[in-house]
Amino acid sequence: MTAPIRRYVGHVMGMPVSLALRGPHAADETGAGAWREAFAALEDVDRVFSTYRPDSFVSRYGRGEIGLGECPPELADVVRLGERAKAESGGAFDLWRRHGDGSLRFDPSGVVKGWAVDRAALPLRRLADTDFCLAAGGDMVCHVADPDAPDWTIGIEHPLDPSRLIATVPVRDGAVATSGSAHRGKHIEDARTGLAPEGIASVTVVAADLVRADVDATAAFALGRDALRWLQGRPGATGLVVRSDGSAVPFAGGERRAAA
Amino acid sequence: MRRIVLWSVGTVGVVALLFGYRTSTEGPGGAPAAVPAISGGNPGAGRAPRASTVFGDAAETQFGPVQVELTLAGGRIARVDVPVYPDETSEDQQIASFALPRLIQETISAQSAKIDMVSGATYTSEGYLHSLQSALDKAGVVS
Repeated sequence: MTAPIRRYVGHVMGMPVSLALRGPHAADETGAGAWREAFAALEDVDRVFSTYRPDSFVSRYGRGEIGLGECPPELADVVRLGERAKAESGGAFDLWRRHGDGSLRFDPSGVVKGWAVDRAALPLRRLADTDFCLAAGGDMVCHVADPDAPDWTIGIEHPLDPSRLIATVPVRDGAVATSGSAHRGKHIEDARTGLAPEGIASVTVVAADLVRADVDATAAFALGRDALRWLQGRPGATGLVVRSDGSAVPFAGGERRAAA
Repeated sequence: MRRIVLWSVGTVGVVALLFGYRTSTEGPGGAPAAVPAISGGNPGAGRAPRASTVFGDAAETQFGPVQVELTLAGGRIARVDVPVYPDETSEDQQIASFALPRLIQETISAQSAKIDMVSGATYTSEGYLHSLQSALDKAGVVS
C-alpha cells in the first residue's frame, strides 16, 4: 500500500510549481511550512533574476548598466554555470542569445530555473522520512527518503501532442528536465546561429541535480540533430531524445561505444 | 548483484521495446543505440495461465550481461525486472545510477497512467491549465 500523496501548487516566475509530498510530514504543518519555505525561495530568485522585470539585477546587468561585482553573488554563480555549459556544448548553449535583429541579449533562464529549484528543495530535504517531488514548469527534483517507499514515476510529455505521454521514468533521487518547442513555441535557439534547432522535438535528461539536467537538456536541444551524440558522451545521466518525426531514443550518457 | 525493478506493465508492447533496446546495445562500436519507437513484436511469453516467472536470454551489452525477467499473471505481464550484473566499476555505477526512460507504446494520459509528475518542455502558467500536470494536481491540491 502506497502512502497517500499530498500536493501543493503555486505560480512564480511565470511557471506553475507543483510539490508532491509522501510520508509522515506530507499532510502536517511541518510539511506545509517546508512548502512555504521552498516557494519563498523561488520568489526570492524571481526578484533577482527575472528578465521580465526591467528593474531586476539581471535586466540591468544585461543592459550593461551594472557589472557582475554590483550584482548579488548568486548572479555570478549563474553566469559561471552558463559559461561552463557554453564551453561543453561547443557554444550551442549561451546565456547571451543573438536575436533576429543581430543584437545580443542576456537570458540566464536556461541555468536559473534548475539552480533555483535545487535550492528551493533544501527545506524539503530536511523533512524526516518524507519523500518529495518538486516540479517547476515541467522540470523537477525528486527524493525518496523512505527506503521502503516506491520510486517516483515521472511521465514524459509527448512533444508533438502534450496531452499524451511518450515515456515514463522511475526516479528515486535525482532531477528530470525536458527542453523542447512545446507550449511556448520555439523558444530555444542554437546560440551559434540564432536559429531554432532542426530535426528535434524534445530532449529529456535525468541527472543528479536539476542544474545539470536542465542545462544538458537545453544545450542538447539547441544542438538539434547532434543532440544524441553529445548526450551519449556525458556520463551520469540518462534520458530521452524525441525527433521531429516523433521517433524517440532513450540514452545512457557515457556509453562506451565507438564514436558513431 | 543488484536488481532494478523497472516497471509494472499491462501490455506486451512495452516489453517488446525493452527487448529492442537490449538488442540494439549489443556489441562495441555498433550503431547508435537506436530504439524502435514502436515495436509490434511479441516475446511469446504472454500465455501463462497463472502467475509465473519467465527469464529472457542473458544478452551481452556494453554494461555487461543483462537478463530480463517477466512475471506473468493471468496471461498478462504483471512486472518486468532486470537483474543488473555488472556493477563492479564506478563507471558502471555511474551509468546505471538512473533508469532509462521507458517508451509507452499506446496513448496514455495522465488520468490513466500511474504517474506522480509530468516532465515537459518549459511551460508557462497559462499553458499549465491545459497540461497533464494540472490534471494530476486537481486530484489533491491544497492551495
